[in-house]
Amino acid sequence: MSFIKPINHHPRLEKNKLGLTRRDYEGAISTLCAGCGHDSISACIIEACFQLNIEAYKVAKLSGIGCSSKAPAYFLNQSHGFNSVHGRMPSVATGANCANGDLLYLGISGDGDSASIGIGQFIHAIRRQINMVYFVENNGTYGLTKGQFSATNDLESKNKYGEDNLFKPIDLASMAIQLGASYVARSFSGDRDQLIPLIKGAIQHKGFALLDIISPCVTFNNHDSSTKSYDYIRNHNEAVGKTDFVPLGEEITTSYKSGSSVEVNLHDGSKIALEKVNSKFDPTNPGNSLNYIREKSEEGKLLTGLLYFDESSEDLHETLNLTKTPLNQLKQDELCPGEKVLEKINESLS
Amino acid sequence: MLEPKSFQSIESVNDFVIKFANVNGTGSASANQMFAKAIFRMGIPVSPKNIFPSNIQGLPTWFEVRVSEKGYLGQRGGVDIAVAMNPQSYSKDIDEISEGGYLLYDSTWKRNFNRSDINIIEIPLTQLCVDSFKNPKQRALFKNIAYVGALSALMEIEYEVLETIISEQFANKPALIEPNIKALNLGRDYVLDNLDYPIGIKLSRRNLLENKILISGNEAAGLGAVYGGATFCSWYPITPSTSLAEGYEKYAKKYRVDERSGKNLYASVQAEDELAAVGMAIGANWNGARAFTATSGPGISLMSEFLGLAYFAEIPLVVFNVQRGGPSTGMPTRTQQSDVLACAYASHGDTKHVLLFPADPKDCFDFSAKAFDLADQLQTPVFVVSDLDMGMNDWVSEKFDWDDSIAYNRGKVLNYEDLEKLESYGRYLDSDNDGICYRTYPGTHPEKGAYFTRGTSHDEYARYTEDGNVNAETLMRLMRKFRTASELVPEPLIEINGEDSCGIIFYGSSKPAVLEAKDILKTKNINVDLMQIRSFPFNLDVWEFIANHDRIYVVEQNRDSQMRTLIMAEGGISAEVLRPLVHFTGDPIEAAYIVNKVSEREVNYKSHKNIKER
Repeated sequence: MSFIKPINHHPRLEKNKLGLTRRDYEGAISTLCAGCGHDSISACIIEACFQLNIEAYKVAKLSGIGCSSKAPAYFLNQSHGFNSVHGRMPSVATGANCANGDLLYLGISGDGDSASIGIGQFIHAIRRQINMVYFVENNGTYGLTKGQFSATNDLESKNKYGEDNLFKPIDLASMAIQLGASYVARSFSGDRDQLIPLIKGAIQHKGFALLDIISPCVTFNNHDSSTKSYDYIRNHNEAVGKTDFVPLGEEITTSYKSGSSVEVNLHDGSKIALEKVNSKFDPTNPGNSLNYIREKSEEGKLLTGLLYFDESSEDLHETLNLTKTPLNQLKQDELCPGEKVLEKINESLS
Repeated sequence: MLEPKSFQSIESVNDFVIKFANVNGTGSASANQMFAKAIFRMGIPVSPKNIFPSNIQGLPTWFEVRVSEKGYLGQRGGVDIAVAMNPQSYSKDIDEISEGGYLLYDSTWKRNFNRSDINIIEIPLTQLCVDSFKNPKQRALFKNIAYVGALSALMEIEYEVLETIISEQFANKPALIEPNIKALNLGRDYVLDNLDYPIGIKLSRRNLLENKILISGNEAAGLGAVYGGATFCSWYPITPSTSLAEGYEKYAKKYRVDERSGKNLYASVQAEDELAAVGMAIGANWNGARAFTATSGPGISLMSEFLGLAYFAEIPLVVFNVQRGGPSTGMPTRTQQSDVLACAYASHGDTKHVLLFPADPKDCFDFSAKAFDLADQLQTPVFVVSDLDMGMNDWVSEKFDWDDSIAYNRGKVLNYEDLEKLESYGRYLDSDNDGICYRTYPGTHPEKGAYFTRGTSHDEYARYTEDGNVNAETLMRLMRKFRTASELVPEPLIEINGEDSCGIIFYGSSKPAVLEAKDILKTKNINVDLMQIRSFPFNLDVWEFIANHDRIYVVEQNRDSQMRTLIMAEGGISAEVLRPLVHFTGDPIEAAYIVNKVSEREVNYKSHKNIKER
């Protein structure tokens, strides 16, 4: 069911440059379980959009099927949403994006949706470099069908009923780096300070941005023998460093030790500043990044933060040499070659 | 001294079947097409059919051309002349030739054929090419052009016409004109110098095709999509639909590139599979671009889940299904009409879809463009259901026409100003009581018009609901919409030919065979009334035709008489009235087949009737 929230605002709520409050970026009341990581992610999306002064009606929210895919109903009420079929959000997003590149595309998916049934579409959306933010709300389990293992669940992680997982996990972040995604980050739904700047960076990035967000399932995958529980992630999370999002025109005020910081210039002129923990880590080098993720994984750590970026890649609109005017706004006289041309075509066929 | 022939040679002007037997991947197709095009240019009705294997190189392939001054262009059956270029299939190819017919073969390697009742024409094609061309690739390729040259002398094809076709074909590669002409002359001169010519089967200019063009249905449909305003095509390669997407791209490259910026006013994406292909087209349509996908039977199976979503969430979509032989992978390079039910009821749950059935390339063009209007008007998937025969073969067709004064019908879409005037907006409110509601595109208005598109049960405001009555109302409204559709889709074409006639219902590529059968049946004193079905849902004219006949043969190219099932299911028509007349070998249906089936049953019917009346 969709439950609509009342729209009365407190008069002194903080407003952004558009004169909007955080409440203006909210959605319907969530019907997910109390404490679900997905709700925290929705809250971070609301915060990121509020801070970036995003016009909600110029956002398209798309999803597949599963708990994660319900989430778009719970933020950005003024945006069009599209809850499609299981694992197929990337293709819908691809078509929608080709039709109108002027909108911001937020794809919300889960580990079942992206790492199993929809892995083919996930891969090809990356390969085509769709300009979108792709959220994987990753909880290692099939929540809506009551707790089966998903393909991102760690080998050693048991299910709620104590049964063993038989297969190794798919690491979507590593996979995305290999496939050429131009912005790849991993985070944790419980770490707002890390997640919000990463979402803001992803929104401003031009090209395919993956956010693989560990988002514990409080009902089916939050037990002691799970590696995707709140406790486990808190104890094993290792950030590549501290990430700051610096809007266009603002100066970086934080001072970093030399050699340890990286600045990412985003497409619109804003920046991401990353203060690295390990000076050897180079998030602009895919090989280095992949090794580092693997190294940390072998140490039993989950590496989070901005793992890889490449600001130089072209998106699908450029690859297809599409006109600046969105395809959905072209007029009949631009689209139809008309009677006279048809006569010529007839001639060439006779 | 020549022995007198023990058989009568076939003598015919502008009325025969010639069959070329080749090895696929040897470049024979373009030579064979040149042969057919020359006959077309001489103004004589011609129908070339490519009978090819699902293979790239090395297997037998055939090209059958029927020439009919009377304009009968369905498959005829029988072979009057065979050009046998493939020793692998000699025995079958030579068996097929009618008594008194002709065989032309490559006599570089001489053979004795076990047929004393046909004319055997020997031309050492390989030897001629080996002597004249150095490049081994050219030697193989030009054998084909050389036999066309030989035929031009044997059958009196106008030489200048062939010359013109060659220079047009290689307008962009002028260096190739000279060697092609040389090859043409090689065969021609051999006949002129060494053989008796012309043979009994000849061509003679008639200029019967003044307002006609020669084109395949797929290319016509691709062009129709450009004219219909499609800006997005997503597809996955599958025989026999690939050339439709390629046809769209070919014309879009020519007519849809902005001259000033050099930017494309269209996008074509080769998807990773059919699921993605239809998903992308749905996404683009949802966002207000006219978008389509082209596929064949297996693709329809794969797309089915998404088709249900587009039906239930009410998203416009155009799907071209160029049918091939099924079930399963079936006969990918042979023709059938066996996806009628799969398209009509595609996807789980209660779903019904709008189908258009073109019967020739002109229809393919018209229905393609029209499908985009219908999809926008009805906010639902619209299928254009053709088949391999009309899709991949060049057919003689009426010229295309277009009226610049008619605007695209984008259906019920609210813009900024419309939304400004509204107090509240509900995506699925049926304000006009025709089952069709008002859409908005994302990004239209800052405060109004946003909604949540979903495949789950929803109320009039697009909110998720588990209230069964609300969902039942949505399903009933979709039925109302389907009734509205029956008033918008092309009506059937009906031809009444006198009293006490039996009826024939047909659709799609069976048309030429049915029209020919009608004329033949008339000579046997069997009058038939015709109804060509052009769309689903069926409108009132369909039911009226059925009500006015006590026996109707439903001609179709599938085993299960699927159109008959659809008519029975949708109209409660009794099985007795509708009699299946099916053909499903994968070869196009022939007039003679229809004539046999109808006359056999009509004779039975009349003798029963007489007994009753006595």
